[in-house]
Amino acid sequence: MSDSNKSLDPRIARLELPQGESIVKPDEYWGTFEVFLQEKRGKFHQHVGSVHAPEQEMALVFAKEQYARRGKCVNMWVVKTTDIFAFQLADEDMFATTPDKQHREAGMYKVRDRIQAYQEREKKI
Amino acid sequence: MYGGGFIPDENPKKQTETVAEDSALLAEFQARIDRGEKIEPHDWMPAMYRKQLIRMIEQHAHSEIIGALPEGTWITRAPGFRRKMALIAKVQDEIGHGHLLYTAAETLGKPREQMINDLLSGKSKYSNVFNYPAITWADVTVIGFLIDAAAIVNQLANSKGSYGPYCRALERICAEEAFHLKQGHDAFVYLATGTPQQHEMLQAAVNRWYKPIIHFFGPSDKESVHSEQLMRWKVKMASNDDMRNQFLDMYVPKVREVGIDFPDPNLKKDPETGKWNFSDPDWDEFYEVIKGNGPCNAERLAVRKWAEEKGRWVRQALATPYTKSTVPLA
Repeated sequence: MSDSNKSLDPRIARLELPQGESIVKPDEYWGTFEVFLQEKRGKFHQHVGSVHAPEQEMALVFAKEQYARRGKCVNMWVVKTTDIFAFQLADEDMFATTPDKQHREAGMYKVRDRIQAYQEREKKI
Repeated sequence: MYGGGFIPDENPKKQTETVAEDSALLAEFQARIDRGEKIEPHDWMPAMYRKQLIRMIEQHAHSEIIGALPEGTWITRAPGFRRKMALIAKVQDEIGHGHLLYTAAETLGKPREQMINDLLSGKSKYSNVFNYPAITWADVTVIGFLIDAAAIVNQLANSKGSYGPYCRALERICAEEAFHLKQGHDAFVYLATGTPQQHEMLQAAVNRWYKPIIHFFGPSDKESVHSEQLMRWKVKMASNDDMRNQFLDMYVPKVREVGIDFPDPNLKKDPETGKWNFSDPDWDEFYEVIKGNGPCNAERLAVRKWAEEKGRWVRQALATPYTKSTVPLA
């Protein structure tokens, strides 16, 4: 910026602002870690997002700043994104029949009618 | 804070060029969106969907970061400890929002470093409002109340969109914006109902920000075919005009109830159509500022470059934290 265009802002005016281009190199902001947050003791850690960090300790520091500024939190995990192994979303139909497996559900097992019928039958005798 | 005013490509041809897509995949994709399901990073998606989302989320991320600049420099001059604490918290939130959004955009395949380079070179845009200066504390107050309010209208709409990572980021962002809006309203009401001098200072700031606020949602895009396609894909959730109208509906009364008004005699709601009318806000100025000729464009980018260059040694130091110290051999 030329002097004629000096900032109105005193804090900016004191900076020596760079002239010309400024280029960030590939990977200058490192890789990513996935962040898991536990809201209170007894609850599961839940995925809340990710952070860029050079290594795991810094990832925890950044995770705390990013995901635990407010609200409840008692603990956090960070995991390198590349260490997460997952199914392909395109394969989601492999779970499609799960809700049909009624024999795995408590609600499938209803014997009240049978008990009532039995008791009525027994009374008659 | 600041998602608003989706800034169209300067070359409209570039925007509408389409790649031939597999029609079966396209139909399946559209059906998933119509069922209200979210699209996740590794799902198939049309090239145009990916491109426009990157563009939109990236602009949004840049806006958060650049938007924190006019407010950030007021931290040391905030009137009183309570306002200072609120402003520090807000500015940190905005930077956090920028990071959340960069991460969401990265899931679509554009590296963070490239997004930052495109911002620094002027290739990527950010919300036009941040190319105007915050001359007094009242300007910061107007930003904190009305610009954030406008952004929330936009972000709440977008959080119902179709792309999973963007929606998740926006949900978190909107929750924090609720605090930004309340603290902005608090500061706004405080000045409006304070001494005549404070009231006058606030009115002067509102006068300065009126045009940028009307510009915020972007020019009318009702007739744009492109916009229609983006709305079918739930990339864009409402037209610029509808969002602007919703904002005016909600916030003109809140400004007027404390004796402040926008400097436009034509700003009136048509009782029949329910639409707000206003004077021509000079769209030529809007395009000029987008091109880089606004009062603060150069300063904002220069400060952003300054931060990048002055912060580099810290990143480099962090990248090799375990270099062991050794004792000289002989």
